[in-house]
Amino acid sequence: MRPEVVAAMMPVYTDHFGNASSIHWFGQHAKSLIDDARKHVAKLINAETAEIVFVSGGTEADNFAIRGIAALKPEPGHIITSRIEHHAVMHTCKDLEKQGYTVTWLPVSREGLVDPDDVRKALRPDTVLITIMHANNEIGTVQPIEEIGRIAAEADVYFHSDGVQSTGKIPADVKKLGVDLYSISAHKIHGPKGVGALFVKKGITLKPMLTGGGHERNRRSGTENVAGIVGFGEAARLAREGLTSDMARVQGLRDRLENELKSRIELIHINAENAPRLPNTSNIMVDYAEGEGLVISLDLKGVAVSTGSACSSGSLEPSHVLTAIGKTPDEAHGSLRFSLSSMTTDTDIDYVVETLPGIVDRLRELSPYYKR
Amino acid sequence: MAYSEKLLDYFQNPRCVGEIPDAHAVAEVSNPVCGDVMKLWVKVQGDHIQDARFKAQGCSASIATSSYATEMLIGMRIADARQITREQIADALGGLPASKIHCSVLATDAIRKVLEGL
Repeated sequence: MRPEVVAAMMPVYTDHFGNASSIHWFGQHAKSLIDDARKHVAKLINAETAEIVFVSGGTEADNFAIRGIAALKPEPGHIITSRIEHHAVMHTCKDLEKQGYTVTWLPVSREGLVDPDDVRKALRPDTVLITIMHANNEIGTVQPIEEIGRIAAEADVYFHSDGVQSTGKIPADVKKLGVDLYSISAHKIHGPKGVGALFVKKGITLKPMLTGGGHERNRRSGTENVAGIVGFGEAARLAREGLTSDMARVQGLRDRLENELKSRIELIHINAENAPRLPNTSNIMVDYAEGEGLVISLDLKGVAVSTGSACSSGSLEPSHVLTAIGKTPDEAHGSLRFSLSSMTTDTDIDYVVETLPGIVDRLRELSPYYKR
Repeated sequence: MAYSEKLLDYFQNPRCVGEIPDAHAVAEVSNPVCGDVMKLWVKVQGDHIQDARFKAQGCSASIATSSYATEMLIGMRIADARQITREQIADALGGLPASKIHCSVLATDAIRKVLEGL
């Protein structure tokens, strides 16, 4: 978390501990803190404050959007999504499939992009929802959301986009994007974990997932996580202020990371290299080395990265995203994902480009297939 | 990932890495679950394994278990080597997380297969 975020949250725990539903003064003070946070979050994505519903995070936002729309019609309808969605969307759609909904899983190009024409062709009279992520969490590709938004509007179908990965990294203007629902998460923008929001366009009433005291204008019951929401608000304010300058710097660091690794290590490939991509994400495939071994080796040197290798997932399946962009399980075996942020420094990049080549060399020396 | 110090040591400083050009038997196995591969060379003298070397492409648990298993083989009677179990290897390395149990199977598969050729 950014220090400013922690500083904004601390007084909520120590001094302003009122329940925002109470009418006494400290309850009302908590309420005004939530209102301020809502303004900052709304502003970050160019929404109205009344269109922001605070929830427990990106996963709840995705569930609320998809299940909330699906439940509007008495009969199970048709949903259009892609093969590279985050698990929060993918498993929610799979669950609805079990309940009798029909789901079209759109393929993506080798660069990880959905073709808007495929969305148009997949539309059916009973289509109730299109849900396509704004930017992918593993390879960073940015989808043509505005085009898909126009298709959804013409067809009069609700359009949800999971913006958890994109918010704070690229401009996300819900009006321009043409989305009806947009998920965001605080911890992805240096806010606290356990808090997020769903943008619900004015005029749309979703079936609530949580019923109770009618919080968040009857859209999400449960006593508000005031400190979390305040931290989210501060993180959103900082993200909006720094969006252009911070992210230009981050992209410079990312590009340097990729270029230097390419020049220092043979047989590596950057996934979705030429697609529109988030400035902070780099997904690299290393031939003749396995991802989990690379992750553990880097971890022992103080570098935290992730991999799409089957060896690191509980399910022992390779990443569904890498599979969807046409990578074989063998190729996904050697994948590494670097996530940079506004807090990443030049020194961090220097360290990684100095450290990784030795690690790759060592693992390749062990491989029965690698020949120098 | 909850790996023991010993397992991390065998991953970072694997013993018995390499090839034996005049090996009496060579076997290559791959793990159908995750795609990890191990190649094992052995040289025998009478009813004993005189030397063993391995190469592997896989996760830290696969490399560590492959290395430990190869080291175990050296000096062992062939009949005893056939009895090595995956539990023996995993326990010796301080146990494996549930999702990594299959890695120790790679090593026992390699041992079984290489001994078949003798």
